[in-house]
Amino acid sequence: MSNTSVAKKNPVGSFFSAVGNVFKDIGVIFVQGDWRTKISYLIMGFGQIMRGQFLRGGMYLSIEVLFIWFMTSFGSKYFSKLGTLGTIETYKKNRKTVYGDHSFLILLFGLLALFFIIFLLFCWYKNIKDNQKEELILKSGKKLPGSKADFLSLFDSNFDKTLLALPVTGVFAFTVLPIVFMICVAFTNYDATHQAPTKLFTWVGFENFKNMFSFGTGGFGRTFGGVLLWTLVWALLATFIDYFLGIAVAILINKKGIKFKKFWRTCLVMTIAVPQFVSLLYVSKLFDSAGIINGTLMKWGIIDSAIPFWTDPLLAKVTIVVVNIWIGIPYLMLMATGLLMNIPADLYESASIDGATPWQMFRHITMPYMLFVTGPYLLTSYTGNLNNFNVIYLLTGGAPKSMSYTGGAGATDLLVTWLYKMTINDTDYKMAAVIGIMVFIVTAVISLSVYRMLPSVKDEEGFQ
Amino acid sequence: MARESSMKRKRAVSNFFSYLLLIIIVIIWLFPFFGIVLGSFRSYNPAVEYGGIVDYVIPKHFSLDNYRFCLGDETNYKRWYMNTVTIAFFVSLLQTIVVLCVSYALSRMRFNGRTLLMKFWLILGMFPGFLTMICLYFLLKQVGLTQAGAVPGLILVSVASSGMGYYICKGYFDTIPKALDEAARIDGASRARVFFTMTIPMSKPIIIYQALVAFMAPWNDYVFASYMAFGHDKSYNVAVSMYRWMNTGDYQGYFTRFCAGGVLIAIPVTLLFMFLQKYYVEGVTGGAVKG
Repeated sequence: MSNTSVAKKNPVGSFFSAVGNVFKDIGVIFVQGDWRTKISYLIMGFGQIMRGQFLRGGMYLSIEVLFIWFMTSFGSKYFSKLGTLGTIETYKKNRKTVYGDHSFLILLFGLLALFFIIFLLFCWYKNIKDNQKEELILKSGKKLPGSKADFLSLFDSNFDKTLLALPVTGVFAFTVLPIVFMICVAFTNYDATHQAPTKLFTWVGFENFKNMFSFGTGGFGRTFGGVLLWTLVWALLATFIDYFLGIAVAILINKKGIKFKKFWRTCLVMTIAVPQFVSLLYVSKLFDSAGIINGTLMKWGIIDSAIPFWTDPLLAKVTIVVVNIWIGIPYLMLMATGLLMNIPADLYESASIDGATPWQMFRHITMPYMLFVTGPYLLTSYTGNLNNFNVIYLLTGGAPKSMSYTGGAGATDLLVTWLYKMTINDTDYKMAAVIGIMVFIVTAVISLSVYRMLPSVKDEEGFQ
Repeated sequence: MARESSMKRKRAVSNFFSYLLLIIIVIIWLFPFFGIVLGSFRSYNPAVEYGGIVDYVIPKHFSLDNYRFCLGDETNYKRWYMNTVTIAFFVSLLQTIVVLCVSYALSRMRFNGRTLLMKFWLILGMFPGFLTMICLYFLLKQVGLTQAGAVPGLILVSVASSGMGYYICKGYFDTIPKALDEAARIDGASRARVFFTMTIPMSKPIIIYQALVAFMAPWNDYVFASYMAFGHDKSYNVAVSMYRWMNTGDYQGYFTRFCAGGVLIAIPVTLLFMFLQKYYVEGVTGGAVKG
C-alpha cells in the first residue's frame, strides 16, 4: 500500500515542494515585477488599482484594511494570550469588580485571529500572483478586463464564487470555528470549576485523554468502553433489523394479489409525517410502568407486576431497538418499494421456470441486488444511527442510571447523548470535547474502512 | 384442472395470511396516533378525570379541556407554536436557497479546490453536530441572539451550515444532462442565467423535497432550541416546551395536554407531508441509490 503511494506521488513530498514553489514565486515575482507590483507587497491591491482594475484592487485593499482594524482593535490582544489563555482572574476589590482575562474569549477570538492571519496570507499571495498575471497580459499587448467585466464574470465564469461565498463563510463561522474551538477545549481544563471570567482555564496537554482511558477510580475508561460498545451494537441492530424488515414489508405490500397497496403504505408513512418528538414521547409513555401496555397486561392477569421496560438496563435496550423498528420500517419500505421495481422482472420469471422457491428468489435475486444498490445507504444509515440522538433521548434520556458508570452516563446512553449530558448537566466541557473527538474518530474509521469494501465502490459495473 | 384449483387455493391462503399480517402491522403502526388523539379528549380536570398517564386508551368522558388549555392564555403554547412555524418557514426557505447554490456550483462548475472543499465538508460532517453547541451559544450571545433572540438565532444556526447538506440535491443536478447547459451557453447565456432560467425550473421535485425536509426538521429540534432559549419561556419551540410538559410536568398530569398539543402540531405537518409525499419518496429513493 505504502509502496504504491510512494511510487505514484508522495503526498508529504509534494506538499513541501508546493510550499517551496510558493516561496520561490514570492521572491521571483518581487525581483522581476515592476514598481506597482513591488508596492503591492506592502499595500495589497495597489498594482491592480494603478492598472485600472478598481474592483479587484479595492477588494484586496479592503481585506487588508479590515485585517489591520481587526488586529489593532482587539484581535492582537487576544491572540497574544493564546499561549496561556489568560493569567489575571476577575476578582472583587472593595465591592468593585476588577475585570481580568477571559479564557473563553481569548481562545475564541485568538483562534479567529489565527484564521484571519492565514486568510490574509492567502489573499496576499493571490494578490501577488494576480499582479504577475496582469503584467504578463499587459506585456503581451492585450488589454486587462475592466471593473465591469470583472463584476459580470461573477455571474458567469466566476459564478461559483458568488454561489459559494456565503455558504462557505457560514460553514466556517458556524461549524469550522466552533469545532476547532472544541478540539482545543479537549486539551484544556475547562469545566464547572474553571468557568471564565472568575476562574480561568488553561492548557493541560493530553490530561483529559489519559483520564478518558484510565480504568482507575474516577477514570472514564470503563464508562467509555461500555458506552462505545452499546453505541456500536445499537447502530448495527438499528440499521440491519430495520433494513431487512423494511424490505420484507415492502415485498409483502408489493405482492401480487394484494389490494389497496397505497392505503397500506400511507398508514406506515404516518410515522414519518408526524413529528418524532410527539410520537416518540407518547410511545415512551406507552411502555411506562403505569402506561397502557403494563396496565392492560396486568388487567388481563398476564403479569402481576409491571414489566420494567425502561428501568431494567437490558430490557431498556431491547425496547429501544423494538421501538426503532417502528420508526425505521416506513423509511426502508418507501425506499425498497422504489428499488424493487427496478429489478428486471424476467430474472424472476426465468427463476420460477427453473423451479426456484420464493425464498430462493429472495436470497439469490432480491437481496444481492438490494445490497449492491443500497450499500452506501447502509453505511450512512449506520453512521447516522451512531449519532441518533432523538430516539435515545426522547425514549429514555439515557436511563436507567448505571452504578458502574461515571460521568452521569446511563445504560442506554450513546456517545452523543452522553456528550449532551456532559455539556448540559455536568458542564464538564473538557470531557465533552474529548467524547466529541472520539465520536469523530469512530465515525471516520468506520466510514473509511467500510466504504472501500462496498461492492458498489469496488465493482461499479456489477449490476449494470 | 385439479392442479390449477390447488394453486388457486394456495394463493388464496397465502393472500389471507398476507392480509392478516398487514392488518396487524397497520394496527401496531397506527395505535400510537389513535392513542394520542383519544388521549387529547380526556379531561385533565381532577373532578372529571385524571390527566396523567393511565392504563386505558378510550377516555371515560369526552372533553375539550386540553384544547381549551392549549389555545387559551394560561400558557405560552400559541407563542411556542408561532416560534416553531416562524423557524420552520425561514429555515425551509433559506436552507433550500443555500443548498441549491452549493449544489449547482459543485455539480456544474469546475474550480480550484472543488474536490478539496467536498472532502473537507465530508470530514467536518463526521463531527457530532452539537459538539459546537457551547461555542455557538457564546458566539450568538455576543450579538444578542440567545434567550430573547433565540428564534432568529436558531434560524441562523440552522441555515449557516446547511451548505454541507448538498448531497441529494447535487446528485439530482448531476442527472440533468450537461449538454443542455452547454447549448444555452453557446447561445450566449451566462452561468447565472442558466442556473435561474433552466436548472431551477427543471428541479422542482428536488426543491420541494429540500424545502419539505427542512420544514419538518425544526419541529423536532430539541437540543439546540433548548440550549439557545435556556430559561426564556417565550422563546421555546414546541419540542422544548412540550418535552418539559411530558417529563417534568408529568406528575401534575400534563399528559393529556401534551396529547392535545401534539395533535395540533401533527395535523398541519402531517397533511403537508402527505400532500407532498410523492416528492419525498423520490428524494429518499434517489438519495439512497447515490449514497
